[in-house]
Amino acid sequence: MTLSAYVSGLGVLGPGLSNWPEAAAVLSGQRAYRPAAAVLPMPAILAAAERRRIGRVVKLALAIALEATSQAGEDPAELASVFSSSGGDGHNCHELCQALSLAGREISPTRFANSVHNAAAGYWSIGTGAMAESNVLCAFDASFTAGLLEALTQVVVDQVPVLLVAYDSEYPQPLHAKRPIPDTFGVAMVLTPQRRVPSLARVDAALSDLECDRFADPDLEALRCAFPAARALPLLRLLAAQTGGTAILEYLDVSRLEVRIEPCA
Amino acid sequence: MRPLLFKNFTATSCIGKGVAATLESLLEQRSGLRNCEFETVDIETHIGEVAGVDDARLPDHLYKYECRNNRLAELALQEDGFFEAVQQAAERWGRRRVGVFLGTSTAGILQTELAYRERDPVSGALPPSFEYGSTHNSFSVADYLRRRCRLEGPAVAVSCACASSAKVFGSARRMIEAGLIDAALVGGVDSLCLTTLYGFHSLQLTSPTPCRPFDVARDGISIGEAAAFALLERVPAGLDGGDVLLLGIGESSDAYHMSAPHPEGLGARRAMQAALAAAALEPGDIDYINLHGTGTPSNDRSESQAVTSVFGPTTPCSSTKGATGHTLGAAGALEAVISALAVKNGLMPGGVHTSKIDPTLTAHYIRDNRRAPVARVLSNSFGFGGSNCSLILGRAG
Repeated sequence: MTLSAYVSGLGVLGPGLSNWPEAAAVLSGQRAYRPAAAVLPMPAILAAAERRRIGRVVKLALAIALEATSQAGEDPAELASVFSSSGGDGHNCHELCQALSLAGREISPTRFANSVHNAAAGYWSIGTGAMAESNVLCAFDASFTAGLLEALTQVVVDQVPVLLVAYDSEYPQPLHAKRPIPDTFGVAMVLTPQRRVPSLARVDAALSDLECDRFADPDLEALRCAFPAARALPLLRLLAAQTGGTAILEYLDVSRLEVRIEPCA
Repeated sequence: MRPLLFKNFTATSCIGKGVAATLESLLEQRSGLRNCEFETVDIETHIGEVAGVDDARLPDHLYKYECRNNRLAELALQEDGFFEAVQQAAERWGRRRVGVFLGTSTAGILQTELAYRERDPVSGALPPSFEYGSTHNSFSVADYLRRRCRLEGPAVAVSCACASSAKVFGSARRMIEAGLIDAALVGGVDSLCLTTLYGFHSLQLTSPTPCRPFDVARDGISIGEAAAFALLERVPAGLDGGDVLLLGIGESSDAYHMSAPHPEGLGARRAMQAALAAAALEPGDIDYINLHGTGTPSNDRSESQAVTSVFGPTTPCSSTKGATGHTLGAAGALEAVISALAVKNGLMPGGVHTSKIDPTLTAHYIRDNRRAPVARVLSNSFGFGGSNCSLILGRAG
């Protein structure tokens, strides 16, 4: 069973990569990858009151979602969306667990509201006015591929454009020792049922038993392994190369996802 | 959308383990809410606690998944022959052709809350026995169930706060319709923890008394816990007229506020209209509405406006949260099961604990059980972040 769609916009943000053009230059070998702390912009679409409340993971998700939708020329307010993340806001989670372990157990109502896994999707909807359906997923290390499958099935079955936002952020200690995500990394893509002017490539995806693709470059392979959302990198490498080909993406222990890319030259 | 078979299902909540006990409680209008004595929680509130959760045993090879949430999942899995029905489906369709879609808001976070009390006094480290991925992480319950049931199809957790386990039906529907799978284990599991009890309390959203949805004096929610599952399958050729079908799903976002519903219920209205459109039904085709009906002043006001704007003031509706409590990420699946019981048994369950219906709420809220044929039910689930989902279930024949 093959699922097909067009990749019509991309957003990337992570350590040493501040947007899709930078990531494309690294992944196509035009420049070397130099790891550096991810720089997260404050999302302009939120009002001052909301800006004060959001954490790093929301800034990350909104930044890549905005890059992908603007590249696709899509009005965010009309787009269905799929958000997929392994862990939500780790700092916020730590503060809540810490407060609950102390006498008094005074916790901040804002922290509690922000603790929901769908916080980034909620702020996206508030900031853009999007009232379309929005799903929020988690599949631990398989979160990117689970999100891609969900978005592709929605494009194919409902014949609507879908914004996929896959993103992960770090926990502080002591949770960091148990889930050592080192920084923030995210990738967003607008998937459309038909080819559009900004479409980069057609993607055909199917479940596979083959081994997943890895990087020869140790820094890029370390990046791929460090963040669930970075399991997208073999797909991004194909999109950056603009030559077409096939990538095998990590998914569950029993299956992988094969994605074939045909550039819209 | 193409209807899906909703034949095998089960639910475990404070009103009963399995559907027979659940139905009996609904018929007797019994509530499972009790004064909160959970763990070390010191809040004046009522909760819907499931008895015997911590006595449930996980299989030895899945010891890393030990936490209250997965124990509750295991407890529920053993009711109504559900585990066996899943195995039969796996044999019929193939293990790779059955997916797993589970809703949860907090998964096994209680495990982390307990671990934070046992941090090393010098290093601050969590105890070595603490497992993050198979307990705390939102995926843990979906991962537990796919391993427990030996299913090899796509698997995912949906975590959209209190709409989570209604939205799983949408994910499963799309994957079946796309042809990736033929059947899906769908449901929701959420268990009591300090984060939600103290969290809702910090927002002043918990009631000191058992919650009273749509009551003039309603003052908040009662938190409950539940596990509810359904096996969704392609509709077979020879359908039994008594079977239940999933007919429609509608999803929307509020685009309004993180922890308050849209005051006029615009997002809720959009979800209900989308569900009707997906099912190709008119508002008059719905016999009973199982409300989100949390018992907070703002939810019930906003939902009543939304319901009335779509259905007018005559369609009977009620919230079963006065009986079960608000089971958060499990509420959508629990109330889908209650909706299926309504269809199969010709029962519109009256809302318990509500003594004087708020006269400013225009939806037709029922407090007493009604026995009448119920061909189609609409069930609402709304969550923080403005996430909305409506399901329509109905009789096949």
